[in-house]
Amino acid sequence: MVDFVLNGKAVSVNVDGDTPLLWVLRDDLDMTGTKFGCGMGLCGACTAHVDGEPVRSCSTPVSTVAGKKVSTIEAMQNDKVGSAVQAAWQKLDVVQCGYCQSGQIMSATALLASNPKPTDDDIDAAMAGNVCRCATYVRIRAAIHEAAKTLA
Amino acid sequence: MSIVTKVSRRDFLKAGAGLTLAVSIPSVFANNKLKAGGPGLAGSAVEAGNFAPNAFVTIGSDNTVTVISKHLEMGQGVYTGLATLVAEELDADWSTVKVEGAGASTKHYNNLFWGAQGTGGSTAIANSFEQMRTAGATARAMLVNAAAAQWKVPAREITVSNSVVSHAKSNRKATFGELAEAASEQTVPGEVNLKDPKDFKLIGKTAPRKDSTAKTNGTAMFTQDMKLPGMLVAVVAHPPKFGGTVKNVDDKAARAIAGVSDVVTIPSGVAVLATNYWTAKKGRDALNIEWDLSTAYKGSSEQIAVDYTKLLGKRGTVVRQDGDTESQFARSERTFESDYHFPFLAHASMEPLNCLIKLDRDSAEVWNGEQMQTADQAAVAGVLGLDPEKVKLNMLYAGGSFGRRANPQADYLVETAHIVKAIGGKAPVKLVWSREDDMKGGYYRPVYAHRLRAALGKNGLPVAWENRIVGQSIAKGSPFEGFLVKDGVDATSVEGSSNLPYQIPNMLVDLHTTNEQVRVPIQWWRAVGSTHTAYATEVFVDELAVQAKQDPVKYRATLLTRHPRHAGVLKLVAEKAGWNKPLAPAGDGAKRGRGIAVHESFNSFVAQVVEVTVQKDRNFKVDRVVCAVDCGVVVNPDVVKAQMEGGIGFALAAALTGEITLKDGEVQQSNYHDYPVLRINEMPKVEVHMVQSGEKPTGVGEPGVPPLAPALANALFNATGKRIRKLPIGEQLKA
Repeated sequence: MVDFVLNGKAVSVNVDGDTPLLWVLRDDLDMTGTKFGCGMGLCGACTAHVDGEPVRSCSTPVSTVAGKKVSTIEAMQNDKVGSAVQAAWQKLDVVQCGYCQSGQIMSATALLASNPKPTDDDIDAAMAGNVCRCATYVRIRAAIHEAAKTLA
Repeated sequence: MSIVTKVSRRDFLKAGAGLTLAVSIPSVFANNKLKAGGPGLAGSAVEAGNFAPNAFVTIGSDNTVTVISKHLEMGQGVYTGLATLVAEELDADWSTVKVEGAGASTKHYNNLFWGAQGTGGSTAIANSFEQMRTAGATARAMLVNAAAAQWKVPAREITVSNSVVSHAKSNRKATFGELAEAASEQTVPGEVNLKDPKDFKLIGKTAPRKDSTAKTNGTAMFTQDMKLPGMLVAVVAHPPKFGGTVKNVDDKAARAIAGVSDVVTIPSGVAVLATNYWTAKKGRDALNIEWDLSTAYKGSSEQIAVDYTKLLGKRGTVVRQDGDTESQFARSERTFESDYHFPFLAHASMEPLNCLIKLDRDSAEVWNGEQMQTADQAAVAGVLGLDPEKVKLNMLYAGGSFGRRANPQADYLVETAHIVKAIGGKAPVKLVWSREDDMKGGYYRPVYAHRLRAALGKNGLPVAWENRIVGQSIAKGSPFEGFLVKDGVDATSVEGSSNLPYQIPNMLVDLHTTNEQVRVPIQWWRAVGSTHTAYATEVFVDELAVQAKQDPVKYRATLLTRHPRHAGVLKLVAEKAGWNKPLAPAGDGAKRGRGIAVHESFNSFVAQVVEVTVQKDRNFKVDRVVCAVDCGVVVNPDVVKAQMEGGIGFALAAALTGEITLKDGEVQQSNYHDYPVLRINEMPKVEVHMVQSGEKPTGVGEPGVPPLAPALANALFNATGKRIRKLPIGEQLKA
């Protein structure tokens, strides 16, 4: 049994402690907004927040989040920064295939939560772990600046 | 000419809808030769029945306009584009329009360029432009007629705007929702007028994407996210070399894992089924399999390059012959020759391949990022021993494809069908490939080699041009062979070379097809043949301009006087990039460079200027890409812009590092660490400019890709004097 708080609610899952958080979220808790991309922490599609920090859930054993607060894309509409990021994403029509965008938004939200006015270099540094094969990067950068503006 | 039929609400799946229309247009294009590479189908061989009656537009009593998309949304913006076409002619309020994916139906949903249903070859908007507008205009006419009947006023006095039907004289108004029921009782008009382009309110403007919200809040449904009651997840162990088979399986350890329900041997490997992915993967890792690799392919990339170089010295099958190149070469004192080499490329879409199939007693249902309905339906039906119309397809969003989900062999659907069949259909099965399965699973953009030769005349312009191409044919041996291979030439192997627009009096293009010797599964990859032909031809013409000591833009323009659309984008991009002004210098001993390329693919014309900075240590960065595109009528400028931006980034990844290599038949890459893809810090600034055009709309999903790599190579030459004749660029500048 592993207990943690998911998007503000206490959850308890009966899985092996070495199961990656990603698969617990997706298969046991039906939070499918968090995506499977590479399984090695290389692409960022699985990014979730653990106690506010962005983590690659595909390579985070669920045992390590026991007692912690986990947030996923499904909760971002209730998060001040997260909802601003989502709004900026929609305003600039960032998405193409969309599969990586949950992870992009989670990384961008974590960046803005700690750095409300990121430069292009800050954005590159914080977002380089999130791959987008559609290469929506021009708009991701612009949308992060846009969200920063609306939050200021 | 369109034939519009009304679909009864009883027949339509969404009961309660007010007005539902099916528009079918006789497939006048079906027998046309596909101009540019893209999948086409060989008519009757894959003809499949219709599963359910369907429609393109439904108007609900709640005012919602639902547009049914026959094309897959894989990021290219087609849901938005098709909805724009319907909403334009319907005069619908854009905010009330939503889009749903169509099922399989050759009756209603064929790609009008192919005579079968499917998405690819950048054809979605081009083949739907009139069809979807007609669907919208017909619905509008019926709403107007319903209002005219109710209000007892002439239909011609009625106007429609933002989903409201009005009669000014009598001051009456009704919403689409209020009229939907009555409209469905109206006779379908035999012919409808489409708007004059000057009256467009949505086409050519930027309507926001219809998939943005679902794709930013986690609710967008991809195959990976589908769950059915009792569903099992399957993970498959594939042979380590292509063509290998299973000799013996020890599955004791796998079966001992709690949650593993089945281990089955299928033609493509051994599948482990479990209640969830992680358990199934553990099960697969615990298998002990003895493979029979006696007939497997054991070649290496190095050997392929050696073999292809040998073939470059021999005449192949002639594809195009203008004049007499040989006598020109014999006579000329200024002849030049360059070879270009291209690697296997993986699509590496963000969503690894997957498919869900539920098998019932005499029918089956498939959920998938469904790209080639007619062929996939036939393939799945074949495995399951069902009639194609008994296989229902559900089209979900695809997390990228870049061609991979348009597999001529329907490989991963067939694999899923074998698994669900092997367990007797006792549970729905979702196949999930890991990233490693996806990377090693084949169906790559083939390796190609090109040899270019030219003889220059006194004015420096080419008087003779030869282009020899060596590589595997994508269509050969597939259901598409009859459509795409003519006289031994696969159109997709030579597109971009065989239709080279430069006016050169003597030209020879020939081809060696190597499917016999290289048995690696291959497939189309975003922009297909133009991914290599654009590079070879546009780098070579740049080499010639340098030899002729002429400006690369002027040199090309001189050779394009009879090709105004190529010349148009070339001129536009040069202007917008400030080609005639020197580049701002870089500090610290770094060098700057600029290169250009122009290419037509899928009937669209794109030119790009790439600017680079090369550091003293020969590391380099692409600073800026200026892009000009002529795709005829622009339906949605922001989507076109997005496709150019994305195409540039996608092409840049391949140019910099994209390479799948084989050693003794084994793929050496497995994940994003050894098959690096573009990341945000490598993304240049991109500026996109569109040619204002009244020509028929053409594709934008692929045409942004081909010019990038040659323009980049030309920029690197401009900066350093080093010619890159082999992709990826990798560390070659440092050599």
